[in-house]
Amino acid sequence: MTGWVDRALAEAASMQDEAIEQHERRGSPQPAPGTVREELVLERIDRTRRARPRVREDRITMSHGAGGKATQSLIEAIFLDAFRNPLLEPLEDGASLNIGDARVALTTDSYVVSPLFFPGGDIGDLAVNGTVNDLSMTGATPLYLTAGFILEEGFSVEDLSRIVASMAAAARQAGVQIVTGDTKVVQKGKADGCYINTAGVGLIPLDANLGVANARPGDSIIVSGPVGDHGVTIMLARGELDLEADITSDTAPLNGLVETLLRSTTGVRAMRDATRGGVATILNEIAKAADVGVQVSEDAIPVRAPVRGAAELLGIDPMYVACEGRMVVVVDGDVADRALQVLRAHPAGAEAAIIGRVVDQPAGIVQLRTAFGGTRIVDLLVGDPLPRIC
Amino acid sequence: MRFVDEFRDSDKARALAAKITGLCEPGRQYKLMEVCGGHTHTIYKHGLEDYLPEQITLVHGPGCPVCVIPMGRVDDAMALAAEPDVIMTSFGDMMRVPGSNGSFFDAKARGTDIRMIYSPLDALKIARQNPDRRVVFMAIGFETTAPSTAMTVLRAASAGLTNFSIFCNHVTIIPAIKAILDSPDLRLDGFIGPGHVSTVIGCRPYEFIARDYGKPVVVAGFEPLDILQSIYMLMLQLSRGQSVVENQYSRVVPWNGNLTALKAIGQTMELRPYFEWRGLGFISQSALKVRESYAAFDAELIFQVPGVRVADPKACQCGEVLKGVLKPWECKVFGTACTPETPIGTCMVSPEGACAAYYNYGRLTRTRVKEAIRS
Repeated sequence: MTGWVDRALAEAASMQDEAIEQHERRGSPQPAPGTVREELVLERIDRTRRARPRVREDRITMSHGAGGKATQSLIEAIFLDAFRNPLLEPLEDGASLNIGDARVALTTDSYVVSPLFFPGGDIGDLAVNGTVNDLSMTGATPLYLTAGFILEEGFSVEDLSRIVASMAAAARQAGVQIVTGDTKVVQKGKADGCYINTAGVGLIPLDANLGVANARPGDSIIVSGPVGDHGVTIMLARGELDLEADITSDTAPLNGLVETLLRSTTGVRAMRDATRGGVATILNEIAKAADVGVQVSEDAIPVRAPVRGAAELLGIDPMYVACEGRMVVVVDGDVADRALQVLRAHPAGAEAAIIGRVVDQPAGIVQLRTAFGGTRIVDLLVGDPLPRIC
Repeated sequence: MRFVDEFRDSDKARALAAKITGLCEPGRQYKLMEVCGGHTHTIYKHGLEDYLPEQITLVHGPGCPVCVIPMGRVDDAMALAAEPDVIMTSFGDMMRVPGSNGSFFDAKARGTDIRMIYSPLDALKIARQNPDRRVVFMAIGFETTAPSTAMTVLRAASAGLTNFSIFCNHVTIIPAIKAILDSPDLRLDGFIGPGHVSTVIGCRPYEFIARDYGKPVVVAGFEPLDILQSIYMLMLQLSRGQSVVENQYSRVVPWNGNLTALKAIGQTMELRPYFEWRGLGFISQSALKVRESYAAFDAELIFQVPGVRVADPKACQCGEVLKGVLKPWECKVFGTACTPETPIGTCMVSPEGACAAYYNYGRLTRTRVKEAIRS
């Protein structure tokens, strides 16, 4: 009856073997004799975590869309496996293509937010800003967007007009044009009002070389503003929690901020916008991609009081909550203060802060110095943060 | 933030830690159990162990509501949820707990109507909105959550709802603590008492621990300084050879508990003769069921519940972890076959489970932490 346990055990054993083989091929040293047993267990776990991810579920669950471990497993085991090519492999926010003499950034994203309208924005400006930001994170100047709509039968034309108007306004603000699109209508009940898919194209300067794999010990980590505003706004806007707070989504285009930063600072290694999975997920992506340790300080991470309050009540950590107008920047430690000044001088980065640094060891792990003065790790979540019951 | 920041003050923590270290007798090892999973979560989330001298070991106890639900009960809940006209409602914690055939999340993906709610009253709302469906609430938790379930049943009764019932899995903390005290393989020096449970039952029920077993108990709050202060209070008792029940969490916990809440529980629920706890086995008079006078709201009577006992997977050592006999990392499958992504045991599911807390927050040995602080 509990055959799944046996399968899980067998799979873990085979993953171990695979991981040990890889470990030996790399010529990594075996733990020294006399290492305490807990250390050995941690090494074993570390090896398991480095093994190729697999999707064990028979069906897609909500966790697969939450941006955490389940999403990563799905991407790596299903999509990357099937589509594998050197452009896709870095799994950055957008691909960087060489076309003729130009370097082009290409990205795509889909928007299914509920509710469609929320304090500070709606699905329309979210879609434009999200795509603009994904392009910006590659160092590109965003130029052109596409817009695909999947509409549910019965959806209000007035609402659609509002959404489209706010898309147009967001595109104007970001200096991009929406140049092609698509419309599909599905039967009532087959979608939730309105979904939007976008793709975006931008031009990358020829000398740009950004990517989380570039992070190296000594680098500093900066976040461009208070975290978690968007996610908490949406949770409250759903009205299921009977909580109210004076908070709005942080949805905003980051291309202006990025342009200013790259123009006035050398030594920027990588940028990622902290959407699903929040800042914690980005930090883990850095640690994993560059095989470095990341140390952050809880005190240094800017979080607005209503976000902190709501997160405390719900038992969730603001570090995992989505933002839509914030980015994490990895920058050479020597120019970190300069980069911070530049960010703060721009309205979209006025509350930027240095939150931590890149270290050598333990590789692949994000360590947090808690405000209380202790140390813990910050891991990827499996799925959405679940509220605790007591 | 008020009422939070003052309980996370690192200067105060350092001062308390120094006092705690000062109370340690040379050469003596201390094992203190935090009964409640909420405490385990706080300890790991704030890195509290960094402040403790090596002589003090914190042992994680059984007070994690999700962790103690046996597999058979999860299967029963899945069977209920699979009834064609049923809407199953559950707290988020419970959604990932695996039964023989996957979790609520998996069932939801297969099309079963399972909805995550934040309060049992939300389940009532769903029942009102869906008069042609039968709404079942998966009631879990210790005395902390039992009153809200009780109030929900009372409201459903007064509103005359006929399409709402609860699948009652409420458990009581004292029999579990007693089982641990009587277990031969564990020697504990004292207990950090469960704070939220005590807001309902008060501090008196713990007196037998101090009196009959000679172990000090300090009922503790959930902020890291609360726990550190409770450890200090326990160490003070131990250094004086005392064993009494003390209330560190007096800002919330009344010594006699909450009589209104207890009355609501008593009115709607009664003790089961026995109940199976995950890993701890059958414990007599350790759980609650719906009283006969409210039988109309008892899902176990309304529906056919399979009630098949399912043995815990052999590889899983949740029982030992729940009793505090094993540290999470000492379990054979910890972190390899059993991870938060694909949990085998319940302790890996809830953020309050010791294994999940250790895996998500604590996967660093004290040596590594020291290295990190030095660098």
